[in-house]
Amino acid sequence: MAKYILKRFIYMIVTVFIIATLTFFLMNLLPGSPFNEERTTNEAVQRNLEAHYHLDEPLVVQYVLYLKSIVTLDFGPSIKQPTETVNSLLGRGFPISAELGIWTILIALISGVALGVFAALKHNGVIDYIAMTIAVLGISIPNFVLATLLIQQLAVNLGVLPAATWSSPQHMVLPIVALATGPMAIIARLTRSSMLETLTQDYIKMARAKGLSPAKIIVKHALKNALMPVVTILGTLLAGVLTGTFVIEKIFAIPGMGKYFVEGINQRDYPVIMGTTVFYSAFLVLMLFLVDIAYGILDPRIKLHKEGGK
Amino acid sequence: MEKILDIRDLHVSFKTFGGEVQAVRGVNLELYRGETLAIVGESGCGKSVTANSIMRLIPTPPGEIKDGSILFKGQDMTQLSDKEVRKIRGVDISMIFQDPMTALNPTLTVGDQLTEGLRQHRSISRKEADKQAMEMLTLVGIPNPVERMKQYPHEFSGGMRQRIVIAMALICDPELLIADEPTTALDVTIQAQILQLFQKIQKQTGVSIILITHDLGVVAKIADRIAVMYAGKVIETGTRKEIFYTPQHPYTRGLLHSVPRLDQKGEKLIPIDGTPPDLFSPPEGCPFAARCPMAMEVCTKVYPFHSKLSRTHDVDCWLQDERAKKYMASTY
Ligand SMILES: Nc1ncnc2c1ncn2[C@@H]1O[C@H](COP(=O)(O)OP(=O)(O)OP(=O)(O)O)[C@@H](O)[C@H]1O
Ligand code: SF4
Ligand SMILES: [Mg+2]
Repeated sequence: MAKYILKRFIYMIVTVFIIATLTFFLMNLLPGSPFNEERTTNEAVQRNLEAHYHLDEPLVVQYVLYLKSIVTLDFGPSIKQPTETVNSLLGRGFPISAELGIWTILIALISGVALGVFAALKHNGVIDYIAMTIAVLGISIPNFVLATLLIQQLAVNLGVLPAATWSSPQHMVLPIVALATGPMAIIARLTRSSMLETLTQDYIKMARAKGLSPAKIIVKHALKNALMPVVTILGTLLAGVLTGTFVIEKIFAIPGMGKYFVEGINQRDYPVIMGTTVFYSAFLVLMLFLVDIAYGILDPRIKLHKEGGK
Repeated sequence: MEKILDIRDLHVSFKTFGGEVQAVRGVNLELYRGETLAIVGESGCGKSVTANSIMRLIPTPPGEIKDGSILFKGQDMTQLSDKEVRKIRGVDISMIFQDPMTALNPTLTVGDQLTEGLRQHRSISRKEADKQAMEMLTLVGIPNPVERMKQYPHEFSGGMRQRIVIAMALICDPELLIADEPTTALDVTIQAQILQLFQKIQKQTGVSIILITHDLGVVAKIADRIAVMYAGKVIETGTRKEIFYTPQHPYTRGLLHSVPRLDQKGEKLIPIDGTPPDLFSPPEGCPFAARCPMAMEVCTKVYPFHSKLSRTHDVDCWLQDERAKKYMASTY
């Protein structure tokens, strides 16, 4: 187990390093710089500013400084908001984005699995058709369209829920619904097909032959196996939710990390772009790692506990 | 001898897109306490459906027990509620399936799967259940039961897994054990070991066994009586001796011919020509008529009468009719 985790941990570091490097060079390929639209700054001031942020140094030096900032976890000050550091922006934005993301994943998982299991148990029945219709709609409607629809109907027309910002539980409902529907639909469909497949397995028949109750057979014997594929796609779904938060935060004016990230790119605020990207990718890679471990715990055939592992 | 199981005129059908498959069409079978009955027949003849019906394990829908009765110790399994059936499953009647690689849940430990039946049906402590499970593992020939209990199915070989499945089936000390091709998925040496295990267990516990197989070699080793099925019907039953030495039904004879024999060098396996009839619309007469070398005109029109040749030997074939016998005698 320890060896496996260590190995995965090293992979994680390498992955984050590669992403960080790519971001750095791609960012430098972006046309424009943090200062060039401000015509008012004169030559001397601009040079001063560039020197201050080491933008006058050769790229290699900047790259090394950048790596250093990652290792020390100090991404330096923001260029555009001189009173803020990247760390303080992250510190403010991350809890909000995390709240949105965690609720989204939780709700998508619980409702998706429930919907999928019900649909499978009532295979070809009315519940099945309704559930799968919801699922198909959920998959085909992009979250930003759903978000605007929800705002239009529930916030503007009916006025039952607030349209924007993140100040109370009511404010959280629409963004979470908008973001969770897609993943929920995917999980529901996957759970359904995987559950149907699991229910035909011999060990389910064996469990019935033992005289176990239907509830016990489903919960103990079927669900764990049926959820295996769901766990495998959880990583991809997480990545989707994460990028989804950019859009949703923008639409609902939620002051999360996505907002700073998008602003950072628009304003060529290099430290902010680099800081948020590294943070996002490190976070995602960590999540994928946790998903892997969860999978290993669920499926004993993946030998985490033995030397080496997969 | 006490009759433990009595199946009368069992009909089971499956509704499919193509129509209704009449998988079992009037099966009669009986089983006495402590004996081993083998059910043999080609693939698709309804062996598994018959066996699954006994425990009410036919998936409904699409399947349905249309008619007939299954008397287990006098009570009709077809009339019981689901709850009543669950009290019998795994306790009085147990089942072993063909493929030990898929019959165990890959995500649960062997110990958990062994004890869950016990803990479901008997109110005993976990410790007591574990103890009984370990005794059972020892009985079926698995060493180190203490460690083995904590392992997962993938840590066992195919033969070992089948032993575990057998242990699972026996743990509540059932009176009837139904084994649906328990050795088909195993290699030959393991097959012999598993058959020996069945014999040993039967000697120790007195359990009655229904053994389904299409391997007559297996049958020859351990069956007391044999029922031959064809196209959803039992067409001949008899003791092992009667079936092997004086088979009466042309299909049974054909089957025996298709067994490769070790004692006769060079003899090839002769399969019976043709295929079994379509069970969507089974023929009115003898279902074997299209393949039968002895078929007569009456065979294609009317299903043969049931003939009793001895207390134990029954056959459904027109050749047993006096008129056919006379005719045969006059021509040969
Ligand atoms: N769930 C089902 N749905 C539809 N038809 C079925 C189903 N189960 C069995 N049948 C049909 O019932 C018939 C008998 O099948 P059964 O499984 O009893 O054969 P078998 O004698 O056990 O054969 P094998 O030796 O291949 O196991 C077959 O024609 C099969 O197609
Ligand atoms: S009844 Fe006729 S067709 Fe059927 S097995 Fe006997 S002889 Fe052959
Ligand atoms: Mg079968």
